[in-house]
Amino acid sequence: METWWHALTFSLGYNTSVVTLGSMLLAAAAGMVGTFVLLRKRALVSDAISHSTLPGLALAFILVGLVTGDGRLLPALLLGAAASAALGLWAVQAISARTRLGEDAAIGAVLSTFFAFGVVLITVIQSMRVTGQSGLTGYLVGATAGMLASEAQLIAACALGLLAAVLVMRRDFLMVCFDADFARTQGVNTWRVDLLLLMLLMAVVVVGMKVTGLILIVALTIIPPVAARFWTDQPMAMVALAALLGALSGYLGVTLSSVSEGLPTGPLIVLCAFGLFLASFLFSPRRGVLASLLAYRRFRQRVHLRQGLLALGRDEPIFDGLTLSLLRRRGYIRRDGVATPPGQAAARDAEHEERLWALYRERYPDDALHREHAGLTPIAQVLSADAIMALEAQLMGLREMRP
Amino acid sequence: MSDFMMFSLVPLTVAVIISMTCALLGNFLVLRRQSLIGDAISHVALPGIVVSFVLTGTLASTAMMLGAGVSALVTVVMIELIRRLGRVEASAAMGVVFTSLFALGVLLLEWHGASGVHLDVEHALYGNLESLIWFDGTGPAALVDPVALADLPPQLGRAAWVGLLVVAFLVVFRRHLVLGSFDPDFAASVRAHPALVDLLLVTLVAIAAIAAFEAVGSIIVIAMFICPAAAARLMTNRLGRQIAWSQLFAVVSAVLGYLLAGHGLGWLGFGFDVSVSAAGMIATVAGLILLAACLAGPRRQRTGAATGT
Repeated sequence: METWWHALTFSLGYNTSVVTLGSMLLAAAAGMVGTFVLLRKRALVSDAISHSTLPGLALAFILVGLVTGDGRLLPALLLGAAASAALGLWAVQAISARTRLGEDAAIGAVLSTFFAFGVVLITVIQSMRVTGQSGLTGYLVGATAGMLASEAQLIAACALGLLAAVLVMRRDFLMVCFDADFARTQGVNTWRVDLLLLMLLMAVVVVGMKVTGLILIVALTIIPPVAARFWTDQPMAMVALAALLGALSGYLGVTLSSVSEGLPTGPLIVLCAFGLFLASFLFSPRRGVLASLLAYRRFRQRVHLRQGLLALGRDEPIFDGLTLSLLRRRGYIRRDGVATPPGQAAARDAEHEERLWALYRERYPDDALHREHAGLTPIAQVLSADAIMALEAQLMGLREMRP
Repeated sequence: MSDFMMFSLVPLTVAVIISMTCALLGNFLVLRRQSLIGDAISHVALPGIVVSFVLTGTLASTAMMLGAGVSALVTVVMIELIRRLGRVEASAAMGVVFTSLFALGVLLLEWHGASGVHLDVEHALYGNLESLIWFDGTGPAALVDPVALADLPPQLGRAAWVGLLVVAFLVVFRRHLVLGSFDPDFAASVRAHPALVDLLLVTLVAIAAIAAFEAVGSIIVIAMFICPAAAARLMTNRLGRQIAWSQLFAVVSAVLGYLLAGHGLGWLGFGFDVSVSAAGMIATVAGLILLAACLAGPRRQRTGAATGT
């Protein structure tokens, strides 16, 4: 607990602080890029990209290892990973664009084939006499514990560059994400923007591999944007929020993993992100599960109350349990089901409302179509006072015409 | 010969059976554009196995299978919940669920890793096809010797059972499956229960993934669900022929991949005889077959698309 507090306040030494900051920046960049990819409905493309880094990583390791005897050279590994990820990305694009196979099949085929070839290369490495082999498995599940400050600085610098690139390109990305056809009419080269977006995604994946591992980096590009979607309908706010949630999960995950020796960083970051997602999923006031449940309950109660009052006004018997208890709770009926004076008044009001709405629907059917749940909200909240006066007058006129 | 019987016969047979089983189911996954459900399920087998190990303390196969099965079910339910209640797009919901569960699996694994049990992430990913040794398989005579047959690795029997189960499922539900794959609304209107068949299909995918997982690792499973079926899709317009092609591709990749893994580097003139991961090689060959189909398959274009010049 105390170690965690020290980690949270950046007082565990220079190295840990740099690693924490680097991971936060990276997770923020992943969240931002991921938001656009999510809006473009291609969330799982990052899965294909991340798995297809493995063969390049292994090849780079073999080449560097043959030359120097130790394969662990971060820039070379990242370069190799980026090259094979680019190839994988191109393969996904080509398969889904030029053959009849869907993008899902393209993603699955590319990720499994590339990863399998990477596994083959790793078994080749295991039979070679090259030191630093254990460093390679760190890329599968991530390892920030043994990360050097220089490596963390490289990652942080890359993440900053990515953040800047997203900020510069945000308008084009947004336009392409929401309406590619419109973007084309505005002179935006959608193909190039798409490519750039995927390139940024690839860069995030490659840089982030060292932090969370190549399987889990996918999570950082998907979970924070999905969580952010629950809180806002504004795309730019969603991008910012995704970055914030990503950085927060990076911060919590890295600091938690420094509490004890054996705790792996990548899974902890992902689980923190999932925790934030779960909180958003349940408690978001706009689209959260709890909010929807409450809204549903309120709507149901309003319908039952209205129908109950109408039945009271027409002296019809009421059998529905929920309706009875709602009426009783408001003091509109007595225990034996007979209407109380306030109940009779409310029933008359409800009847009047219903008549006004019916007249409104009859006279202005087009306008009425556009009002949601038109009959349930009090008419005074929807129409102006003048309009209601006019309706009332018409209603009186109708009554006088009848004998 | 006796070397082949002892070291290669069982792994080769297991690889062929599992590849064929996965490819069979894969045909319908590819047609329904649900290919990635196999990916998600084979990722979450890891947490299932780890949790069952943490709870029971053993690596017994039944406990592992049960754990993986439960986790597959949990995944499907979670994906549906998030998709429906949270109004999240299906692929994103899938991404959220399987990465989080996989992270949970890795965390639990590392946490309990200190106890020195042979269970690690690499093993889960690559499998250990090469370790399926038939010690009593000393010669062709062992094939008819009941004592020696009793000593066959249990994975072989399990793979065969699962294969039979999948074949039985396809035979019984073939009309429902075909209807649901091409036109779910029509299937619902004629009471072919597309939702139920969907669930059954996913369950069988999970069972196949788990049976394969233990023997060959998760990566080959994903490859086998998608690559042979996708390649077969590019060969023909008829479902029956597509299934036949996918089976052929599965067998070819299993056999060729296994042979290449054992001797490939020697043949390529590397000079030293290294054997590489058989599971990885099989999946790689499957990918290469798909590549060939993408470049030259007679039905690779969308129908109605410009054929080009």
